Amino acid sequence: MIGIGNPDRGDDGIGISVVRQLAGQVPPDVTIIERTGDALALIDDWAGRDAVILVDAAATQGSPGRIHRIDLSRDPLPPELSLSSTHAFGVAEAVGLALTLGLLPAQVIAYAIEGENFEPGAPFSPPVAAAAGEAAARIATELRASERTGAIDHA
Amino acid sequence: MPTKTIRVDLIARVEGEGALELRIKDGRATSAKLKIFEPPRLFEALLRGRGFAEAPDITARICGICPVAYQMSSVHAMEQALGITVDGQLRALRRLLYCGEWIESHALHVVMLHAPDFLGFEDGIQMAREHGDRVRGGLALKKAGNDLMRVIGGREIHPVNVRVGGFYRVPARAEFAAVEEALKRARDLAVGTVRWVATFPFPDYERDYEFVSLRHPDEYPINEGRIVSNRGLDIAVSDYDDEFEERHVAHSTALQSVLKRRGSYLVGPLARYNLNFDHLPEDVRELAAEAGVGPMCRNPFQSIIVRGLELVYACDEALRIIAAYEQPDSPWVMPVPCAGIGHGCTEAPRGILWHRYEIADDGSIVTARIAAPTSQNQLSIEEDLCEVANQALDLSDDALRDRCEQTIRNYDPCISCSCHFLRLSVHRE
Repeated sequence: MIGIGNPDRGDDGIGISVVRQLAGQVPPDVTIIERTGDALALIDDWAGRDAVILVDAAATQGSPGRIHRIDLSRDPLPPELSLSSTHAFGVAEAVGLALTLGLLPAQVIAYAIEGENFEPGAPFSPPVAAAAGEAAARIATELRASERTGAIDHA
Repeated sequence: MPTKTIRVDLIARVEGEGALELRIKDGRATSAKLKIFEPPRLFEALLRGRGFAEAPDITARICGICPVAYQMSSVHAMEQALGITVDGQLRALRRLLYCGEWIESHALHVVMLHAPDFLGFEDGIQMAREHGDRVRGGLALKKAGNDLMRVIGGREIHPVNVRVGGFYRVPARAEFAAVEEALKRARDLAVGTVRWVATFPFPDYERDYEFVSLRHPDEYPINEGRIVSNRGLDIAVSDYDDEFEERHVAHSTALQSVLKRRGSYLVGPLARYNLNFDHLPEDVRELAAEAGVGPMCRNPFQSIIVRGLELVYACDEALRIIAAYEQPDSPWVMPVPCAGIGHGCTEAPRGILWHRYEIADDGSIVTARIAAPTSQNQLSIEEDLCEVANQALDLSDDALRDRCEQTIRNYDPCISCSCHFLRLSVHRE
C-alpha cells in the first residue's frame, strides 16, 4: 500500500495521512510505503508484488473530500483527477509506463481523495481530513475481505 | 503579411510548468517570451531570520529533482561565511552524493523527457512500446542514482543527512556494496544510452553562445571552482555580482540573469562539457568522438548526447570515489556562528546554482540570494526559440510548436526552481 503526495502542500499530503492511519491495522504481508515526489520510483516500490493499493490526492472536481476508487486493472486513471502530476512524471504516467513495460502488479487499486487547497504549508481542508479517516476504514475493510478471498474485490 | 503568434499552453515533459508565446510577423519570428509565474523569491524571504544551519534543509525544498544541488550550494556558501573548510573524505562524499543526483536527473531527462522528441513520440510511455529496453535501462540508471543518494543522504528526496560542515552521519565502506554493483551495471547502461541517442536525427542548428560553468584545476567541476566562460570570463564565485545581474521582465516572475557586459549566456551540461573537456577521462572523450561530438559543441539539440556522456562520467566518478573511500573519523567540521557573507556555486544537473548569504553574529540569516540555473538560461532559451523558429517557418504550426517545445527541453528546464507554473499557448493572428 503506497501513500503518495507532498505533505508540505496542503491537501496534497492526504494520501500519506491515510496510510499512516492504517499502520498496525493491515495484514502482515502488506507493506506500507510513503512516496513523496518521485512518482517513477513507484515502479520499484511495487516490483514483485501481486497487488498494490495507491492512495493519493486528486485535483478538485467540485466535491472536496469525495473518495474515488479506481480499479486500474480494468479502467484507466481519469486524467481530470491529475494525481500528483505537478512534476514531469506523475502517478498516471508511472502506471501507464509500468503497464507498457509489463511492470504493473496484476491488481492495482487507486483511492483518490479530491482535494481543495494545495497551497504550500496549508493544513488539510476539513472535508479532506474527514475523508482520510473514511478512506482508511474502507481500505481496512477491503484488505480484511481480501484476506478471506485471496484477492482485492470491490468491497 | 499577417502576424502569427504561437503559444504553447502547457509545456509537457518539463519539470514544473511554464508558458511560451512566440510572435511571428512578416515571415520572421520577432519575439519569444518564456512566461514564468513564480513564488521562488518566497524562499529568499523565507530564509531571513532562520539559522544558518537550516539553509540546506529549507532550500532543498525548492526542487524535488535537484535537492542536493541546493544543499551543496548552501553549505558551501555558509562554510565560506563561517571560515571553515570541508576536505578529504567528507569532500569526496559530497562529490559522490552529487554524482547520484546527476545520474538520476540526467537519466530521467535523457530517456523519459527528451528522447521522445527526437523519435517522434508523444511521450515516454508511447516510446516505451517500441523501445522498452531503453526505457528499462533509463529506469535502472535512475534507480542507481537514487540508491546512491539514499546511502549517503539518508533519503532519496530531500536528503536529510547534509549539514553545514559535512554530514550528520557518514556511511561505512560496506554500506556502498550494493549500490557499487548497481553503478557498474549503470555505467554500461549509460554507455549504451550515449550510443543510442547518438543515432537520433539532430536539427542542423548552432549558435555562438557564451557558455558559463565552473572550472577547477584538477577535476570536472561539480562542487568547486571559478566561474568561467568561453569569452574570457574568469572570476571567483564571490565576484558573481560584478559580472552578473538579475533583471525583472514584465512577462516573467522569475528574474532573468544576464552578463552585465554581454547579455545572455548558457549554463548546464553543454557549458560544462565545452569548458572542461580536458578534465573528462579519456574513455569518455573517445565515446564523445564516437558519438560524433567534438571538444566544442554548439548545437543545443546535441545536449542529449552530452548529458549521456555526463551520465557515463558520473558513474565512473562515483565508482572511483567509492573504491577510494575510507570512513572519516568525524562526520562534520564544527561550524561556529559568526557574522559574515558567504557565496557558494555548484554545478546542478542543469547548470551553475549560486547562493549568497549574509549571516549575523548569532548565526541567523540576514539576507539570502539564489540564482537558479534555469533562470540563468531563460534569455538563451528565448533567443533559441526565435532562431529555431526562423529556420523552421516552413513547418506546419503543429510541427513548429513541437520544435519549440523540443528546443525548450534542450535545456532540461527545472521550472520548479525558477517558478512553479508553465503554460504554453499557441495563437495566431
